[in-house]
Amino acid sequence: MIARLRGTVVAPLLAIVFSALLCAVALIISGANPASAMAAMVRQVGQSTVAVDILNGAAVYYIAALAVAIGFQMNLFNIGVEGQYRIGAIIAAIVGGAFVLPPVLHALVIVIVAALAGAGWAALPAFLKVTRGVNEVISTIMMNAIAFGVAAWLMRRDNFGQLIGNNVTTKPIAESGWVPGLSLGSRGTIFGLVLLAVALGIGYGFLMNRTRFGFELRASGESPTAASAGGVNAKKMVVIAMLLSGAVAGLIAMPEILGRDHAYTLNFAQGYGLTGIAITLLGRNHPVGIAFGALLWAFLDKSALALDNVGVPREIALIMQGSIVISVVIAYEIVRRVELTAEQRRVGRQLGTAEAPAPATVTAGAPPPGPPDAAAPSDDRPDSGGRA
Amino acid sequence: MTEHADAVVLKGITKRFPGVVANSDVHLTVRRAEVHALCGENGAGKSTLMKILYGMQQPDEGTIHVNGEQVRFRSPSDAIRAGIGMVHQHFMLADNLTVMENVVLGAEGLHGIGAKARARVRALAEQTGLDVDPGVLVERLGVADRQRVEILKVLYRGAKIVILDEPTAVLVPQEVDELFETLRAMRGEGYTFLFISHKLDEVRSIADRITVIRRGTTVGTADPRTVTTRQLAEMMVGSELPSPETRTSTVTDRPVLTVSGLTLRTDDGRPLLDRLDLTVHAGEVVGIAGVEGNGQTELVEAIMGMRRLSEGRVRLGDRDLTRAGTLERREAGIGYVPEDRTRHGLLLTQPLWANRILGYQTRRPTARGALLDLAGARADTERIVRDFDVRTPGIEVTAGSLSGGNQQKLVVGRELSGDPVLLIASHPTRGVDVGAQAGIWDHIRHARARGLAVLLVSADLDELIGLSDSIKVMLRGRFVADADPATVTPQDLGSAMTGAGHVDEEGNLVAEHTEPGGGER
Amino acid sequence: MTMVDVPGTPSTGGAVTMTPPPRRRVLPGWAVYVIGIGLVVVMLATTSYLTGKPALTSSSTMQNTVLLALPILLAGLGGLWAERAGVVNIGLEGMMIMGTWGAAWGGLHGGPWMAVLCGMIGGALGGAVHAVATVTFGVNQIVSGVAINLLGAGIAKYLSTLIFFPLSSNPRESPSVERFDTFSAQPFSDWLLDLEREQRVGISDVAGLLRGMITGVSPMVMISVVLLVGSFFVLWHTRFGLRLRSCGENPIAAESLGVNVYLHKYIAVVASGGFAGLGGAALVLGSNPAIYAEGQTGGRGFIGLAAMIFGNWRPGGLLAGAGLFGYADGLRLSAGATTVHALLYGAVLILGLAVLWQLYKRRWVGAGTAALAAVGLYVIYLYTEELPREFLPYTPHIITLVVLALAAQRLRMPAADGIVYRRGSGA
Repeated sequence: MIARLRGTVVAPLLAIVFSALLCAVALIISGANPASAMAAMVRQVGQSTVAVDILNGAAVYYIAALAVAIGFQMNLFNIGVEGQYRIGAIIAAIVGGAFVLPPVLHALVIVIVAALAGAGWAALPAFLKVTRGVNEVISTIMMNAIAFGVAAWLMRRDNFGQLIGNNVTTKPIAESGWVPGLSLGSRGTIFGLVLLAVALGIGYGFLMNRTRFGFELRASGESPTAASAGGVNAKKMVVIAMLLSGAVAGLIAMPEILGRDHAYTLNFAQGYGLTGIAITLLGRNHPVGIAFGALLWAFLDKSALALDNVGVPREIALIMQGSIVISVVIAYEIVRRVELTAEQRRVGRQLGTAEAPAPATVTAGAPPPGPPDAAAPSDDRPDSGGRA
Repeated sequence: MTEHADAVVLKGITKRFPGVVANSDVHLTVRRAEVHALCGENGAGKSTLMKILYGMQQPDEGTIHVNGEQVRFRSPSDAIRAGIGMVHQHFMLADNLTVMENVVLGAEGLHGIGAKARARVRALAEQTGLDVDPGVLVERLGVADRQRVEILKVLYRGAKIVILDEPTAVLVPQEVDELFETLRAMRGEGYTFLFISHKLDEVRSIADRITVIRRGTTVGTADPRTVTTRQLAEMMVGSELPSPETRTSTVTDRPVLTVSGLTLRTDDGRPLLDRLDLTVHAGEVVGIAGVEGNGQTELVEAIMGMRRLSEGRVRLGDRDLTRAGTLERREAGIGYVPEDRTRHGLLLTQPLWANRILGYQTRRPTARGALLDLAGARADTERIVRDFDVRTPGIEVTAGSLSGGNQQKLVVGRELSGDPVLLIASHPTRGVDVGAQAGIWDHIRHARARGLAVLLVSADLDELIGLSDSIKVMLRGRFVADADPATVTPQDLGSAMTGAGHVDEEGNLVAEHTEPGGGER
Repeated sequence: MTMVDVPGTPSTGGAVTMTPPPRRRVLPGWAVYVIGIGLVVVMLATTSYLTGKPALTSSSTMQNTVLLALPILLAGLGGLWAERAGVVNIGLEGMMIMGTWGAAWGGLHGGPWMAVLCGMIGGALGGAVHAVATVTFGVNQIVSGVAINLLGAGIAKYLSTLIFFPLSSNPRESPSVERFDTFSAQPFSDWLLDLEREQRVGISDVAGLLRGMITGVSPMVMISVVLLVGSFFVLWHTRFGLRLRSCGENPIAAESLGVNVYLHKYIAVVASGGFAGLGGAALVLGSNPAIYAEGQTGGRGFIGLAAMIFGNWRPGGLLAGAGLFGYADGLRLSAGATTVHALLYGAVLILGLAVLWQLYKRRWVGAGTAALAAVGLYVIYLYTEELPREFLPYTPHIITLVVLALAAQRLRMPAADGIVYRRGSGA
């Protein structure tokens, strides 16, 4: 389906170009030269460890985006990836630092603990949603904030925090728990757990497209009513999707903890959850699309430094990221509508009938193909299926 | 000069949607102070036409005259200004606003939103027989009162021409009679009504003239005093009426579905379904008749495991499915054609083959174990497209791009695959064109001959009588009568559905109407 | 987004219309409100007396409460406007950030009133982006909100580096701007101070709370009160408000009656951004020194949203929510961890009342649960000296979760909230 492929590629490209233009205008207004900024951004990739840094950064973002995507597949907005990541990271670091195990086993245990902790943090919103009908968006936002408090409390000196240098960290993980990276000399070291990201991506793609679980998940996302008539247990799906999403979120910090920091520190990055959502939107829940999104995001992150060096305010990269997301969701929505009408016209033409297509699809704002990124959680008002 | 002009004149109206023509060259003349009925099948283009007249859509060609003057409506407010109001089939009310707020909304300029408006609403409410306080929330009102609020809205805006889109669909017969009384009284005061319906008996009882629309175009105007129901039906369908009749009985004595004592209550304890007993045998079609909203939907969803029973048991063959989930019931051999295919039957943005998997995600040929069998799903979708005559360019197009009839054929085809022992069919031919209707009936009949048990819920009495081996009449969550389709007339069924029928000691319906298929009320 | 998806009810096209039994309304809304305030005061006074923590009802706590509640209240008003028109706005945080930047910039150029105006404009610009994305293009409202949070933070950082850095030599802060002069109802305030100092049970508590509200009042408080009352009046007692709310309840019906749904949603969402931006301005002008600082909002946009949900999408409830969250924050600032600890005791009192109520209503399970919770909290109160300091800032979040868990099904959000509406979709 070349036409469909074209549709999915054109929208994000347009969005990126549009955002670049927007930023160029902003730069011109602020007196900087967009061309030199652009050149600096491209040039940086070949310099010192930048390429490897981008890859490493993208791997972390990729895991975050996958965590978000699992929920998005069924229109479940797990805004709580941020908190699940934090809880997963700190618990795994504490547990990993507490004892020493044989090399591979030690790392494995840490990874499993991280996943369990992340899932555990996602369990409360899942429970509240299925038993009390509490919307997951609000509850996970609250859980994010509370996770900060929990992390800060755990990092107290009289709990698990230690002052090392001028930084408070958890007890460092013994070397048996490290995952070695691939060293490229002066180019930097690729995290060993980049492979974890790749494996998760493949597993995600397989799960969604080839398994019963993935089908049921996507069916629930597209039409909860049809899914339930088709024998999908909505509550069960909510719980599984939420826990799975939380488990993956718990893994976000693993490449960094096991590959570089070997502990949880107070200055661990914030905002992976939000970034994950943004990248999922860019990649439209597709494992390959998300990978491109993650690389782009990491590239823009790195550009901030390069821009600084040529005297352009580095924050322009943030604006670029923000505007890409908002233009890409708009672009997808436009493309979706155009495609929908085009297909109906095509089917109508090929059949050569004047028979009306079921108008519900024209009018009801039917959910998008696959991802919830562009449309509402399916609108299920009973009167949406107008009769022509 | 406009003194004697007709209220509404539509000339040569044409409206195209992407890929289809919804209306083509429609002509319609409505005189002043008459009740003019617009009849046609589902999908014939009635609603589109009314939306054009109400300014919700713009015609591609043609002219509209109101009271002798040519008008162009860009939005409903233009139509309202010209004195046209519309009462929608699905109520357009905001539940969380008060009656008064609902009425006044959009017309605040007339009397403000204060005491003056309240007085006006009270005055008009009396005219429409609405006896509630304007300050009460609409969510507290019943169906008939909501409809009165809808009419109230139209009157408040000073409309003299009122479009009623299938106003009786949700009403019980007494309410229909009351509505007609109100309409007649208001006609006497100079109001003009455009009454959209496909219920021919009702149309003949209320209308002064009837215009029939078929496949997007008007085919003629008739006088209800001279035309028979059958003639009208043939105008609507365009050919001899297809007959769904099954003659030879294939009923066995092997019970497939046994429902006993089935009770379903709302959260506050009101019974929606009240101790229902029902048995469907292999090779038998049991029809459920009833005015919509008397518990049929709940019954079907309870049997499918989509609602948790308050009491009672559901057995399939020897197996007790009372506690089973929907998927388990499907796996046990229940096929399900839901009443609303776009909401409950299909994933509209997924390709046809993915829709084949829905409900069959655990079984061959669409799955092996926890994995999907995409090749198997595709192959079997091809089979359904072939066998059930689904008109589509291929199985990769999305379900949403098919016409309603073809969507329904796909659903029926899917639900008859995998050798079900029981088929639950809710309105299996609703919104389906005549050709597809006959095809679906054939498939159900053939499956029945092979020993399938069928529970058929339908609002189409001819369909019920033609297909069923026995009929149960449902009213307010109970079975109130049994009928033998070989002898019962639609009229008898109709009165039983409204609680007016007579029943003998064994619960069988006593025939009162002798004229078969006739149309006198 | 539906706030309450009633679990286990497969939605049907159901023609069976359930007519809920009429709710027994014993008291008018304002009376409930007055009684509620009274109860809260009594509870605080009792707790203060029994635990010996006068700070619970001191005027400085109340002053802090007012100060801290303002941004939450304003953000919540923003949420109220948007959601009443059917648009979920989780982009409030981003809009608030833009408001803080705008306020600092305006404050630098034209004093506090300019700061208020520019903060509002900054937020409204964010609201406009949200409106374009969700109303015109029909983008999912959560998605757009997330994007705006990203964008708002990015723009504020960029502009801060560009404009404030040369002035303050700190890319994360603006130079300090002029604050509003505050004023107090002086003689009355002094009299209350005397009363408060006497430490008489009850009377001193009320005096302290009152004095906090009328001392050091900034025009920002006045503005907020006017906006809150004004919002209630506009939304519930004008033709425009009726139309706006109808867009949130049933936009299809509204459009069929000639209401311009897009226009009303646009106005509501832009206003929503304006309120959030005003909240940002309140934050800037309320800090000492009054500056823009990166990360200043600290999730208050989200708390505002939570306060609105706590308040059941009503202005009065929103005020209660903002007051509660502001109080929790204010107490922490003015009195510290041991005093907040005393609040546990207050919670036990409330739970005790709940037990009695449930018993009166003959709901044994509810009574049991409440009793269990009360005992549990009391044990915690007895065996701890203070609450972990780290959790204190998150009191509002925990309260919100508890409220949602207990009452989600009683909350009544606008029926079409979060649903993308496209023009002509009723056709």
